[in-house]
Parts: sequence; structure tokens; C-alpha cells
Amino acid sequence: MVLFFAWPMVQGLVLAIQDAEGGMSAEPLRRMVTDTAFREAVRNTLAITAVVVPAQVVLALAMALLLMAGLRGSGLFLYAWAIPLGISDLAAGLVWLSIFTDRGYLNSLLVGLGLSETGFQFLSYEHPLSLFLAVAVAETWRATALVMVILVAGLQVIPKEYAEAAEVFGATVWQRVRHVTLPLLRPSLQVALIIRTILAFQVFAVVIALSGRNLPVLAGEAYNWYGGYRNPNVAAAYALLIMLFSLLNTGIYLRALRVRDEQAGVA
Amino acid sequence: MKRIAPHLLLASSLLLVACGQGAQPAAPAAPKPTEAAKPAATAAPAAKPAEAPKPAAEGPLVFFSTQFKPVEEAEKMRQVILKDAPVKVDFIPEDAGPFNDRLIAEQKAGRVTVSLVGGLHGDFAPFVQANQMEDLSAQVTKLADRGFPGPFVELSRMGTKDKNYYVPWMQATYVLAVNKKALQYLPQGADVNALTYAQLAQWGADIQKATNQRRLGLPGGPKGLLHRFFQGYLYPSYTGSAGVVGFKSPEAVTMWQEFKQLWEASNPQSTNYEFMQEPLLAEEVWVAWDHTARLINAVKDRPNDFVLVPAPAGPKGRGFMPVIAGFGIPKGAPNRAGAEQLVEFLTQPKQQVATLRELAFFPATNAQTPEDLPAGVRLEADAVAKQTTAKDALPSLLPIGLGAKGGEFNKVYLDTFTRIALKNEPIQQVLDEQAKVLQGIMDETKAGCWPPDPPSDGPCKVK
Repeated sequence: MVLFFAWPMVQGLVLAIQDAEGGMSAEPLRRMVTDTAFREAVRNTLAITAVVVPAQVVLALAMALLLMAGLRGSGLFLYAWAIPLGISDLAAGLVWLSIFTDRGYLNSLLVGLGLSETGFQFLSYEHPLSLFLAVAVAETWRATALVMVILVAGLQVIPKEYAEAAEVFGATVWQRVRHVTLPLLRPSLQVALIIRTILAFQVFAVVIALSGRNLPVLAGEAYNWYGGYRNPNVAAAYALLIMLFSLLNTGIYLRALRVRDEQAGVA
Repeated sequence: MKRIAPHLLLASSLLLVACGQGAQPAAPAAPKPTEAAKPAATAAPAAKPAEAPKPAAEGPLVFFSTQFKPVEEAEKMRQVILKDAPVKVDFIPEDAGPFNDRLIAEQKAGRVTVSLVGGLHGDFAPFVQANQMEDLSAQVTKLADRGFPGPFVELSRMGTKDKNYYVPWMQATYVLAVNKKALQYLPQGADVNALTYAQLAQWGADIQKATNQRRLGLPGGPKGLLHRFFQGYLYPSYTGSAGVVGFKSPEAVTMWQEFKQLWEASNPQSTNYEFMQEPLLAEEVWVAWDHTARLINAVKDRPNDFVLVPAPAGPKGRGFMPVIAGFGIPKGAPNRAGAEQLVEFLTQPKQQVATLRELAFFPATNAQTPEDLPAGVRLEADAVAKQTTAKDALPSLLPIGLGAKGGEFNKVYLDTFTRIALKNEPIQQVLDEQAKVLQGIMDETKAGCWPPDPPSDGPCKVK
């Protein structure tokens, strides 16, 4: 743990406040904040997180509840929905690239249906909205299953008796979900939200595959500064920023979704 | 409900697999572990063991390169060019970042496995600065019969007086590739072999008017070389400077204004293009500027559909950038003798011509290019010759002496481009702000000006 986690983290922290000669300096932070791509990267990362995470939680919850409803073939659905989990980020990005690119499947379809003459440039810097949506859709597709798996696990430990009791008292399906299932699912939701939000702050490969340089994000900038511009100090500053965002968010989630013992089902 | 459990187990193991992949982006190709020394029994005629160096005993020689990373290029290097090499070679191409990391890590650890390094002029700078490269001047003198061009040998001194840190390997440059369908829209009076930037912009606009599509193309994607377009082509052509001295001059303001017109006639996907041969073959663009090695597949596949022409000229001349790659030997190389043999082998005319034929890099020696070149390579060779010998030719070298700051230097030009062309920010203001970043890099690296600018005392200054 110390060797593989704490030590690199301390090293990263130190890098972020050093100049090229190794002395203490705020230079990397200043370079990061004044950089052309900085504000856009912060804005895009936060926007992707704000759009993708709620969409994923809602979708995943619906999927998990459907699975748990015990319909025929729900096992098959679980497999199908888990497929994106087995695909690397970059491969997922490339799959969606082949859909959204100028001569991709989507444009072929649009042209084939006569809805467009030459297709629409979804991924062009001139159409930031469609570019953003393409990334959001790809990212949602890629990682919803992760949330779903956690929620399914959470649903499985909720004793059926609660729902049956509510049913006896005449609660509708919606009331049962709202007042029985959701509160009991809180610990799982908390875990899913924390994991997904932290991962969303690190969104990288899907964005690179779909947008190239058109949609800067924090992790992408960290990568560029390290690999492309060869300045590990500024790269570390970006990494530090991602970590701060993650810590802050985890703190907020832990407070907002505080789990008391009796809610956690620990009698 | 219980029956879902096994499914869940499977799903979570899938998740584990996914996480594993995510956490390890493309582990750099590790060198194959040195095979245990083979039994010496096979060395039958071991009459003169002391004479030859002992490369075979240490496993294959590791040749680490920033060039020929695409799989098919690396395979050509291994299967064709290195086929008859005098030593057994393990050719490992790598991206600049991991390339640097590995060499530096090996030096720090004191366990060097790389015997030969191949890279562009600029790739050597950080290692030369850190005093990690051997002086190869003896080698350069020994290979004098190869006829390395004087400026290349001069460049390989990396600012020193009497040392050569690399032996020239090969060269390339950037030209325009033109789909023949575009020729009918060429502006009146324009000679496709001697275009100006104004004519190119007009041409693009005319093509757009006629076909309703923007069909000029530039490689502005993450791995594209658009920054070289500014450093080695636009800036010298408009300001007569290599891009630092004239960075925010009045000529530069004019240049960016005219570039915006050029950009307006360019396919907006240019911010994603990396190798222009692909959009050229797809006919998304008709006229594209790029590195010869990144155009070659288009002209090789369809030599009858394309013409290759010199880059355009501006008010100060036809700026162009020759690209030079060389061989270096890191200090502590496990097989220096083998590396020297390999350099001797690869600078022979036969290998130099094979590199041109297979990989579209031109000889860095006086090797004669044969008549029977493939049509596409012939096209490139002609365009390069026309560009080099044009009356108004203005060669502008790669940035020199920036060391590890080369990436940040490139970023200045790309950021300037993003702000002016994509975000429409006021030109003078952007140039003033970016000039400060640029000057910071020059001051930090203490890099002097390089041709076509006259040499400077101390760091090169933005005027």
C-alpha cells in the first residue's frame, strides 16, 4: 500500500510544487492556471461529470430494478448490459468514433434515409454541442454497467420482506421504490456515486478518441503535459487538481448520503 | 433472486478485466529478456576469438527509436532494412514520452540495455544536455565516404565545437499533396509548382465555391505535425525568421490574417487529422500539407491521382523545413561495437535507398536515388528536389537547443493557432501573450537563435 499508493502520491504532490531544477515553486500551478486549455478543461470535465453521472445512476437503477423484477431472460440482459465493462475505454471510444465520424454509421444512416445530403460533422470543433453530446453518450454507454453491477449487488441484500410488507399496506410500485427500496439502497448508491464521479473526473480515452484536441479535459491535459510537452511538474499539478476534486466530491457524497446503522440493515 | 448471483459474479469479473485494461495503457514494449548465453559449442571455427567484438553473446542489440512506430513501418524496418544486418537487432520504436523515460531511467539505474538510439535531431537534445550520449565524432570521420551533407554534420554537434552526438541517418521534409481533381480550380496565373499562400487560400475558396465543400487539409490532430507548418513554413515565408524573432512582428500579424482565410477554406476536421494520406485517399480533402512519410501511402496507392508539389511561398520566400534523423549511442551501451557496425551498415547506399523505397525517408548521404523507384516515391523525390532547389527556397531548421522543452515550444504555436483561428481572438493580443510564454521557454533553455535567423548572444529574443 505504502509502496504502490502512498509513495507515488507523495511524489506526485511534490512534483506539482517544484520547478524544473527541483526547488520549491508555485510555477507549475501558475502555468496550469494560465494555460490556454485550462479553463476549458475544467469546464468540460465538470460538465461531463454533471451530465453523465446522474444519467448513469438513473439508467442503472432502472436496469437493476428490471433485473431484480425477475422477468424471464433477465440473466441474459445482465450479460448484455455488462458487455461494455469488458471493453477498454479506448476501444469504446473507437467504437463510438466509427458511429459519429463524418463518414460513420450515423451519417450513412442519415444520408441513406434522405435526412441529410452530406451528413453532419458531429465531431467538428464548429459544433461543440454535438461533440459534447457524442462524448456524453459514449461515456454513458461505457460505464453505466459499472453502476448497475453495484446497485444489483445492493438490491440483492435487501430482504424481500420489506417490500412485501409495504405491498400489504397497499403501497404502489412507485411508492415501494421511493420509500422502501431507495432508502435501503443508500449505501450502494453512495459507493456507486463515489466511484463513478471519481472516474468521471478522470475521463480520458473516450474523449481523446472522439474529439482529439477539440474537447480538452483535465486528465487529457495531464497526459499532454507529461507525454507531449514533457513537463511532469505541470502534469502533476493537473493530477493534484483531479485529486482535490475527487476528495471534495467524496466528502460531499459521504455527508449528503450519510448512512445510519439501522438504515444499513445492521440490526 | 438467488439465480442472479452467478451472473453477477461473471459481471464483476468482467469489471475486473476492464479495470485492469484501463489502468495500464499500452505498456511500453519491454525488451526481451536476454536469453541465457547460448552454449558456445556451435562456435566451431573459434580460431580468432579475440579479434571480433562479442555481440552475439549478449543477445540481440537493442535499437531504440522514435521513428517508425506504426506497426507496418516497424515491420518493414525489421523484415527488409535490418534483414541482413551484421548483428542481431531488436528494433523497438516508441513514443517520445516513454522513449525519454526509458533512456533516462536506464541511465539512472546504471543498467543500460539500449545500444543504439535512433531519433530526430530534437529527440537527442535532452540526453545531450544530461551528458548521456557518447561523442561519435570518430565514427562520423570514419564514415566520411558516405558524404553526409555539411549542415547535417554541423547540426549533430548540438552546439558544441568538436563533438558529434549523432550520425545522420535519413531525412525528410513536408510538401503539398494535390488530388488532380483540384487542378481545374487552380486560380488563373498560378503555377502549381510555385504557389504562394495567397493563391492557395484563393484556390481553397474556389474549390469550396465549386464543390460546396472545404477541401484544403492540415494535420492538426493530437499526433499531427501542424506546429511545423507554422515554425518551418508560414513564419519563415512571411517574416524571414524561424518563428521566434519575428513571432509578434507586424509581418506575423499579416501572416495570421492571411492564414485565417486559408483556414476558412480548410476542412474543419483538420483539427483531427494526423496523417494526411488518409483524408486524401478518402477524398475528404484535395490539397494537403504534410510530412512526406505521412503522404506516401496516398501516392503509393494511387500515383496517377495525385501530384506532389513544393510548399507555397510568402513575401519573404519559400520557407521549408528539412527534417533530420540520426543514430546515437547512449553512455554505458552494452554493445557499442555492435551499434557502430550497425550504423556503418545502415548508412550504406543500399540500406539508404531501401529506407526511401519502403519508408519514404530520403538518404542523409550521397546515395544515388535509383531510376526504378516506385511511382509514388518518385513523385515525392521530385517534389522534394523542386522544393529544395526553388529560386526562393528558404530552409528553416528544426528548433535547436530546446532540450526537453521542445514540446512546450510546439504548444506555443498550437495554442496561438487555436486562439486565433478556432476562437477568433484578436491576433495582436494573442501574439503578445503567447510571446511571453515563448520568451520564457527561450530564457529557461538559453537556446540561441537558429537559421534562418542569425546566431544570437545568449537566448534568442522575440522582437
